[in-house]
Amino acid sequence: MLELASLGKEFPRRGGPVKALEGVDLSVPDGQFVCVVGASGSGKSTLLSLVAGLARPTTGEVRLDGVPVTGPGPDRGLVFQQGAVYPWRTVERNVAFGLELLPLPRAERERRVAWYLAETGLTALRHALPKQLSGGQRQRVAIARALACEPEVLLLDEPFGALDVQTKEDMQLLIRRVWQDTGTTVLMVTHDVEEAVFLGQRVVVLASDPGRVAADLPVNLPAERELSVKRLPDFLAMRAQVEDLVRTYHRRHQEKQPV
Amino acid sequence: MSERVGAAASGLGRPAVDAGRRGEPPPSAPHERADQPAEAAAVAGPAPPRSLPRRRPVRATGRLWGIRTPVPRGARWTLMALSVTVPLVGWQVLSIVIDGRPDYLPGPVDAVSAGVEMARSGQLLTDAWATVARVLQGFGLAVLVSVPLGILMGSFPAGQALLEPLVGLLRYLPASAFIPLLIIWLGLGEPSKVALLFLAAFFFNTLMTADAVRQVPLSLVDVSYTLGARRGEVLRKVIVPYALPGMIDSIRVNAAASWSFVVVAELIASESGLGYRIVRAQRFNQIDRIFAVLVVIALIGLTIDLLLRLTRDRVGRWV
Ligand SMILES: Nc1ncnc2c1ncn2[C@@H]1O[C@H](COP(=O)(O)OP(=O)(O)O)[C@@H](O)[C@H]1O
Ligand SMILES: [Mg+2]
Repeated sequence: MLELASLGKEFPRRGGPVKALEGVDLSVPDGQFVCVVGASGSGKSTLLSLVAGLARPTTGEVRLDGVPVTGPGPDRGLVFQQGAVYPWRTVERNVAFGLELLPLPRAERERRVAWYLAETGLTALRHALPKQLSGGQRQRVAIARALACEPEVLLLDEPFGALDVQTKEDMQLLIRRVWQDTGTTVLMVTHDVEEAVFLGQRVVVLASDPGRVAADLPVNLPAERELSVKRLPDFLAMRAQVEDLVRTYHRRHQEKQPV
Repeated sequence: MSERVGAAASGLGRPAVDAGRRGEPPPSAPHERADQPAEAAAVAGPAPPRSLPRRRPVRATGRLWGIRTPVPRGARWTLMALSVTVPLVGWQVLSIVIDGRPDYLPGPVDAVSAGVEMARSGQLLTDAWATVARVLQGFGLAVLVSVPLGILMGSFPAGQALLEPLVGLLRYLPASAFIPLLIIWLGLGEPSKVALLFLAAFFFNTLMTADAVRQVPLSLVDVSYTLGARRGEVLRKVIVPYALPGMIDSIRVNAAASWSFVVVAELIASESGLGYRIVRAQRFNQIDRIFAVLVVIALIGLTIDLLLRLTRDRVGRWV
């Protein structure tokens, strides 16, 4: 169980601190797929970096299975929008990075790497360098690399934001399948409402300035989701509802901005 | 505006596919009518008349001088050959034309024959080795010290705060200005030359290594921590491999500087080396020998550069 308790984060700035997040309460049961949507600047990346332990909260805390998070660790895998794969390592050795830090027999490590490569459809590319890969393939490397460490929670920061629409849909199906196959808890942030509704079991809407939870909605869609789900009336209704929420909070935020 | 509302409204009556694809909320959506583009247009007034003058169309440029356009292979080889042969021929012609005084400007042919003569006696090899050995010691030492310091400076803001003010200041003191001091302190022998070469490369290589290290994207460091790496592992397994090609580039630039400094040091005070050989030749007015040594200096410099470039290309194959 991942818990965020009255989580707040301020960044110092000339003329007073910026409140990136304030009073965020959220708990994610094991194995759940939660999508956080919010406009750009609503504090999505800040939220994930706090959960990852890369930044320290100003107020409140993050707990994983009851234990407060004090720093980054392989129990919370992170995937960025731009992959952040190691450009000098082949696909295979990127996926092996976390395992190489552990006292594992070589055969065991290779067996695990091979499974995650197969799961993410990268087996044929295992000897390729990142520069030879497309954006979608690179994201798959980043996902496989994070999952190979067997994280309790997989944190995804707009992982498909830089991909073309077709690749994005392929990746959405892939992440759903990987989630089902591994049983990992997934906390994904995105500004793409359709994506959030399609992927999540739950959609959390973030309001901007300061970033806070504006709505927390269950997604009542079949567990087996094919792309055709995106045409179901239930899906469309939920999507419209979330879009309106995001738009409302975005506009309120803009009205507060100096002209 | 009205078209969008219309589309949304009619979207309801259409198959669900269509509405979904277009991403229109149902017409009851409260914010639909106050769209911002419309407001902006009202403020801007009517669009300016379409009356911009047109420049005459460019002629298609030839392939040879298109900006960053690859040149055909043949043309490239021709240009490269010209870049070597034209100066050589010019040099030879000039040496014949200006030949007012005997051997005032020996041509390439004279230089090569003087060089061959010096090489036969084994003198050239001894001198070249003496010079190369000095560079290996002085510059090698500078690399050994500056690379770790540069990594420290580039990786840790604390290290940067600690070192940057000093290193940034000292690098503006020209190494050649230290020659008198070094001679007073260390004498005319090897130590003063090694120290000069060290000074000439150390500061720059530290700063350039730090720069190469700062190119490592922060996201790569962050992601490594989330994969379970500790600080030392991030340095060894992420920062160093990423920055390695850049660090070799920096070594390459500073090796070139060292190579010219060693000759300066030898011109001023030494008993061996290529610079010393030039001073000797000057004393006996053997201008052809000076040219021969210059050619050797250039060739060795080129070789060093080539070796480092090959290393860089091998190490940085992933770039
Ligand atoms: N390192 C930082 N320093 C100062 N301000 C920051 C920093 N990171 C984020 N912010 C501010 O916090 C707010 C939320 O940013 P972020 O979490 O990146 O939003 P999102 O990912 O939703 O686009 C923004 O106003 C941003 O300017
Ligand atoms: Mg972000």
